[in-house]
Amino acid sequence: MPCDALAKAGINIVTLSLADTEQFGILRLIVEDWAKAKTVLEAAGCIVKLTEVLAIELADKPGGMARILDLVDRAGLNIEYMYAFTEKRADKGVLVFRFADPDAALNVLRNEGVNIVSPVKLLNRA
Amino acid sequence: MSQAERHPVSAPDFMPMPDLQATQLTRLQQIVGRAFDNVKLFRQRMDERGLKPANLRSLADIRRLPFTVKADLRDTYPYGLFASPMRDVVRLHASSGTTGKPIVVAYTKADVEVWASVMLRTFAACGLHSGDIIQNAYGYGLFTGGLGAHYGAEALGATVIPISGGNTERQLMVLKDFGVTAICCTPSYFLHLIDHAQTLGINVKDLPLRAGVFGAEPWTENMRQRIEDGSGIKAYDIYGLSEIIGPGVASECSAQCGLHIFEDHFLPEIIDPKTLEPVPDGAEGELVLTTLSKQAMPMIRYRTRDITAFITEPCPCGRTIRRIQRIGRRSDDMVIIRGVNIFPSQIEAALLRVEGTLPHYQIVLTRVADLDQMEVQVEVTSAVFSDEIRVLEELQKKLVHSIEIITGVRVAVRLVAPKSIQRSEGKAKRVIDQRTL
Repeated sequence: MPCDALAKAGINIVTLSLADTEQFGILRLIVEDWAKAKTVLEAAGCIVKLTEVLAIELADKPGGMARILDLVDRAGLNIEYMYAFTEKRADKGVLVFRFADPDAALNVLRNEGVNIVSPVKLLNRA
Repeated sequence: MSQAERHPVSAPDFMPMPDLQATQLTRLQQIVGRAFDNVKLFRQRMDERGLKPANLRSLADIRRLPFTVKADLRDTYPYGLFASPMRDVVRLHASSGTTGKPIVVAYTKADVEVWASVMLRTFAACGLHSGDIIQNAYGYGLFTGGLGAHYGAEALGATVIPISGGNTERQLMVLKDFGVTAICCTPSYFLHLIDHAQTLGINVKDLPLRAGVFGAEPWTENMRQRIEDGSGIKAYDIYGLSEIIGPGVASECSAQCGLHIFEDHFLPEIIDPKTLEPVPDGAEGELVLTTLSKQAMPMIRYRTRDITAFITEPCPCGRTIRRIQRIGRRSDDMVIIRGVNIFPSQIEAALLRVEGTLPHYQIVLTRVADLDQMEVQVEVTSAVFSDEIRVLEELQKKLVHSIEIITGVRVAVRLVAPKSIQRSEGKAKRVIDQRTL
């Protein structure tokens, strides 16, 4: 069981999302030490792939997410999937975005003044 | 069965044994000569053994001849075993090979006529006649089932409905509205039809349907009982294989106990698959067939991999041509799904062609509502894994499509977690067959 393996190795899950179809599921994890997590999970017999995602900070109030999505839509960026961090921080929320083109998305969002949370900052808070 | 009922074309079924054997020997000598002169692979094997067609003096001498196996058709794909020039070949059919390519079989005009005559004899043995309205639900196309049955039914003078396979509701509409008296299809499909008929409020027992000519897959006495009790018809087993001619190699008769081989055209032997020697009369072994009259593609001592035995007692129908027991199993790993032959190695070729490497896989066979279902479980590897559902679903679709291209059958593919398919020390168990026939 992947969660057992991570627990035994002392790896904390920051947030996760389970995407399911009728036949199978894909577990998406954000962990502190992703390199170690990959080794641990592969040793436990799992197939693991590393993916680049963006952690986007937004206002934790109605319209907070709509604003981000509006930017993304106007820039023609394709979102493969997204989910939220469980963590609450003051009046801000953080969403995980998997963009088809992460570098393009990074540029667009930074130019619009959107706060992309760095991994270090993210994990310190987590 | 009275003389009057006997169709003239069925006369050879009742030939006195000495006449039959004389006919067989003459034809055997001719066919061996034809293969020797025209088929390179056969000539090579005869030369290796220092044998000439003239060495064949009795039927027992057939044991000196080399066998032909499915791999020979694969290795000479597509036309390497033909004994006739292409201009004389009027028909090609294809059947499942063990790899990504099918095996190809050929017919001259005379071969097509022989085929029609043995199918006619099949229908006559099943009690059909020119007044019958026959629904032919065997698949038309490259498979030999559809056209084989069709030509035989037309030769019989019956009214043939070339409906081919599939589309159950339409099959039932035709069955009911066209006054069908006999049906040809796989036995499992017929069970599926009568199940579905119930849901549509059609009582098959009230229809003029009185006979079913069933083949292309193995079936049990138990299934026959279910068919006959569920429909009120007589259910007959027939046997054939594309390499030999198609359907029309053997057929049950009114006794419904064993299948008569039309041995004036197909000389049977039963051998021990390990020692390759003939088994005692009545003992089980692998059926080997030699075509005695095929021109385009003569097959000498073809190993069918079907396991059966001769039935030594004379048949109440009066036929002298020998009977074999209904075929239950094979001596290789081929499976039959809804009448279609599938080799695990074909599935491997299909998987390989999509992924570039061969993942761990397993074939699971079930029968749901009397229809065979095949699910190929494929382990996800790191090479194909993605964080996106879409990518995995595309992979699954590609695998389904690849299998369909190679086998002709649309099966289910299920992506499973790595290591979830049991590993084995020795030969991998590729097929889990959960069907109870």
